Amino acid sequence: MASLLEVHDLTKSFGGFSALNHIDLVVHRGERLGLIGPNGSGKTTLINCITGVLRPDRGRIYFDGEEITSLASFRIARAGIARSFQIPRPFRSMTVLENLCIPLRFAAAVKMRSTELEAAAREILELIGLGDKATASPLDLTQIEMRKMELSRALASRPRLLILDEVMAGLASSELDEMLAIFHILSGQGITIIMIEHILRAVMNFSQRLVVLDAGRKIADGSPGDVIKNPQVEKAYLGE
Amino acid sequence: MKKAALLILAVTVISGGLLLTAYIENQYFYFSTYIVLQYIILATAWNILGGYTGYVNFGTGAYFGLGAYTAGYLITNFNLPLPWLIVAGGTSSAVLGLAIGYLTLRLKGVYFSIATLAMSIVIATLIINTPALGGAKGMYILRPKEVSFFSNYMELLFATMVIIAVFTVALAWFIENSWFGRGLAAIRDDEVAAACNGVPVLRLKVLSATTSGALMGIAGAPYPYYISYMEPLSTISLDMAVNSLAMPLIGGTGSWIGPVLGAILLSTTQQVATVTISSEYNLLIVGILLVGFVILAPNGLVGLFQSLLKRRTD
Ligand SMILES: Nc1ncnc2c1ncn2[C@@H]1O[C@H](COP(=O)(O)OP(=O)(O)O)[C@@H](O)[C@H]1O
Ligand SMILES: [Mg+2]
Repeated sequence: MASLLEVHDLTKSFGGFSALNHIDLVVHRGERLGLIGPNGSGKTTLINCITGVLRPDRGRIYFDGEEITSLASFRIARAGIARSFQIPRPFRSMTVLENLCIPLRFAAAVKMRSTELEAAAREILELIGLGDKATASPLDLTQIEMRKMELSRALASRPRLLILDEVMAGLASSELDEMLAIFHILSGQGITIIMIEHILRAVMNFSQRLVVLDAGRKIADGSPGDVIKNPQVEKAYLGE
Repeated sequence: MKKAALLILAVTVISGGLLLTAYIENQYFYFSTYIVLQYIILATAWNILGGYTGYVNFGTGAYFGLGAYTAGYLITNFNLPLPWLIVAGGTSSAVLGLAIGYLTLRLKGVYFSIATLAMSIVIATLIINTPALGGAKGMYILRPKEVSFFSNYMELLFATMVIIAVFTVALAWFIENSWFGRGLAAIRDDEVAAACNGVPVLRLKVLSATTSGALMGIAGAPYPYYISYMEPLSTISLDMAVNSLAMPLIGGTGSWIGPVLGAILLSTTQQVATVTISSEYNLLIVGILLVGFVILAPNGLVGLFQSLLKRRTD
């Protein structure tokens, strides 16, 4: 398998606090990668560095062979990396449908007419199960619907790499299975997915490989079965 | 359909304005409506950066003043005709807008606003210390004696402002209904989310600030002829900055009609108060209206109408 994303020696501190310490990470084309770690271990910070929201202090990031380390976020989005936000960040003055039209128009590689855009946005909302909320304001959504909107909007940029930052938090067990089924469909369409998740059942079901962060360091990287038995991981993550 | 109706409205306003000059003799009418028109332009221009993009600008006076002083300089030194003054005034303020646009790269929220306020003071100080612009003493501008088409120069200035105002409002409508405008709305709602969804945030902000600044400079270009005597402190005033921010807030920042309504309401009230009471009360009126609207109708007149309409149909 060829690599799609490569992170080399990534380091980021906030003031004196070191949030990411010499992180190396390779994600292969079409892979389903689980990224876990205790709260505050640097998962979101890593995503922020990859998507250009934060500038790393050192290290390099490559996507599809091109360096993206110092690119503006919008260029990274256009290159094909989409993310959801752990704390939802909707465009609050727009409807749910209009929220999706922004990445469809600004990030997706294919240029569409307004009517095609709307149809494409509706299709995504149907897939995620938000079809009946298309004309609602994001402010009227429940927490769970809001997360689904985050996911839908990330999909609307038609990414090659999709990064999900705890989109399943708060879902009931049946909804969790529904969501996992959707991720498997997306994966089947060839989208590479990085899933950050605390719900172990979901991560284990989904991931082909598991990476564990603890206090800004990568402490494990391997098959889910092996990683979960790793004593260091048990100590850092499961034993907390 | 809607587009056609708006186009007809624009043409009607312009031809109506031109026709008025044939019928109304009272010069005070032109003198006072000029100010209303000036504020329609300024409030609409302010709203492009403030309302659509979410960057609250306290520098209206600086853009306006730069346009006015560019024109004043070109009149006294080169005697350029009005259309050229408008182009030159718009261009110089567009450059200032470009610079301010790059400021939005680093400064957000209240820090950005304070920077624009500081910029106003810097521009005023520069003008006070530039003898070629009249310095603190100010500069006198003589209106051309010959006027074609109109019976006097004031009527020509009035007609010019009608055309600029319609053009400005049309541009605001166009922005609002374009992808540029939707990109600005995304930036206003959440800059990080906008960037991660492919919106070229910096480029659009700079373009928004430049457009807004250019329009304010254009509003300032005919001003030397209107006022005849121009000095820095009253040309680059905080009153103007506060007014052009209060008008969209009172009218509603969400759509092009809001700043227009706010400008008409507020500047007419101020004109009436100036004549009947005293101009000292102008800022007090703004203050009271602003506080009233923020508390009772946070989405401005437009929001108020919308909720009334909704209540009736419900
Ligand atoms: N912008 C920031 N400024 C300062 N500290 C931050 C910032 N973002 C994250 N941190 C800190 O970095 C650490 C890692 O946070 P984060 O990446 O959000 O962890 P995780 O997503 O794994 O829970 C935390 O201690 C957090 O407080
Ligand atoms: Mg996190």
